[in-house]
Amino acid sequence: MAFVALESVSHSYAGADGALAVDGLTCAVEAGEFAAVVGPSGCGKSTLMKLATGLQFPRAGSVSVAGKKVTAPVKMAGMAFQAPTLLPWRTTAENLLLPLEIVEPYRSAMYRKRGEFRGRAEQLLASVGLGGQGTKYPWELSGGMQQRASLCRALIHEPQLLMLDEPFGALDAFTREELWCVIRDLHAARKITVILVTHDLREAVFLADRIFVMSARPGRIVVERKIELPRPRDLDITFTSDFTDIVHELRSHIVKARQ
Amino acid sequence: MNRQRVFIRLAPWLFTIGLFVLWEGAVRLFNIPVFFLPPPSAVAEAFVQFWGPLARNSWITLETTLIGFALAVVFGMALGLLIGWSRTIYAGLYPLMIGFNAIPKVAVVPILVLWFGIGFIPAVLTAFLISFFPIVVNVATGLATIEPELEDVLKALGASKLDIMRKVGIPRTLPYFFGSLKVAITLAFVGSVISESVASNFGIGNLMLQAQAQFQVPLIFAGLVALAIEGILMYWAMAALERRMTGWAQRSGFAQA
Repeated sequence: MAFVALESVSHSYAGADGALAVDGLTCAVEAGEFAAVVGPSGCGKSTLMKLATGLQFPRAGSVSVAGKKVTAPVKMAGMAFQAPTLLPWRTTAENLLLPLEIVEPYRSAMYRKRGEFRGRAEQLLASVGLGGQGTKYPWELSGGMQQRASLCRALIHEPQLLMLDEPFGALDAFTREELWCVIRDLHAARKITVILVTHDLREAVFLADRIFVMSARPGRIVVERKIELPRPRDLDITFTSDFTDIVHELRSHIVKARQ
Repeated sequence: MNRQRVFIRLAPWLFTIGLFVLWEGAVRLFNIPVFFLPPPSAVAEAFVQFWGPLARNSWITLETTLIGFALAVVFGMALGLLIGWSRTIYAGLYPLMIGFNAIPKVAVVPILVLWFGIGFIPAVLTAFLISFFPIVVNVATGLATIEPELEDVLKALGASKLDIMRKVGIPRTLPYFFGSLKVAITLAFVGSVISESVASNFGIGNLMLQAQAQFQVPLIFAGLVALAIEGILMYWAMAALERRMTGWAQRSGFAQA
């Protein structure tokens, strides 16, 4: 069975005139797979994320993660968003410790092992090119560095599932491509399942094993596309014709989906 | 650049002295009688002459204000957290609080006197009542403006509402809280002086009322100046506390320029 499975899921938010955000949405992501969800804006991509992490429960259909029906927040997901959402009153390293202060078994060990966890945070920061920056406050870092730190915070408790909601949307093109590689390497090293919501098709094709294209609101999956490009992928691959062909193909699906 | 900085440091003193000079000059120029508007020199004289009662009553007013203010901080923080915690409590209490805040506190003093007699307690309570509202509103605002994404990050980890409150809500509220203290402390002075002038036998408010009855106009103004000095000192203390506790929230160059 797939690691994350949504089956004919429909959902609407309370209060919002009952209009459906997603309708009859079915998709499955295998364990260790890198999945990307693309679609026109407002198509319910973020709703999909909330459903898969147990922040929302569907009105109809079922959601399961790791073989279990989701009835509460899944507790093993790391999340990162377009805004880094780091806490300005904590240093960068202390920001990374936040998930450990909440998730067991780290939570109970926090008092005894704070030093050890700090070392781990510094190590993780170093692995994304932020070595020695842990003692700085987030607002002393550039936007790209903050986003790296935010990714680290999503990963420090070694989640099995990483949810990324347009994490590179606010960055300049060069920083974005740098971070693509950071994520690519993290995924390769840790073999975790990643679901990336994005509207950047190049980003999706470069990173993902499988791409889901969603329709306009109420969202459902209209196309599922496996990306067979060999790994490890280098940024140069984005200039090959195989790559651009896939991007064009996806683009035409999105154009249709918008109508 | 450096000269500008020196000037900025001196500016508060220069402006204050300037105001007094202007005041003195205007009174002399237009020959305004002392019992109508005393010049600063006459006020200073009254300060020296009545130093004893001024100091004693200033101290009483300060004490009254600070006790009322301390109550406001404790209850304001607690109520703010409660309101920020639950939408239902928010919806239920907010209109009540707005209505309550709209009542002029002068109108409450007679009731407090009825309950507690004239003197110290009504003054403390008036200071409390008038100053706790901004604290409540600010604490509740701080909680209400937690970024939903951050809440999601924590919830997806299985954080309880209490966790979110402790890790994010309360630290995030502190800049709002300390900011509100600056407003609240000055309001607390308003509250205690109102009550002192309506229903008390001591405090600066009472002293000014007596001075007015005896037509000692310079002494009235000396009372005002004493209040202003106390207000500035307390405001300054709150601002220093704010800087110390929430320096991370004041990193914009805008305020420091």
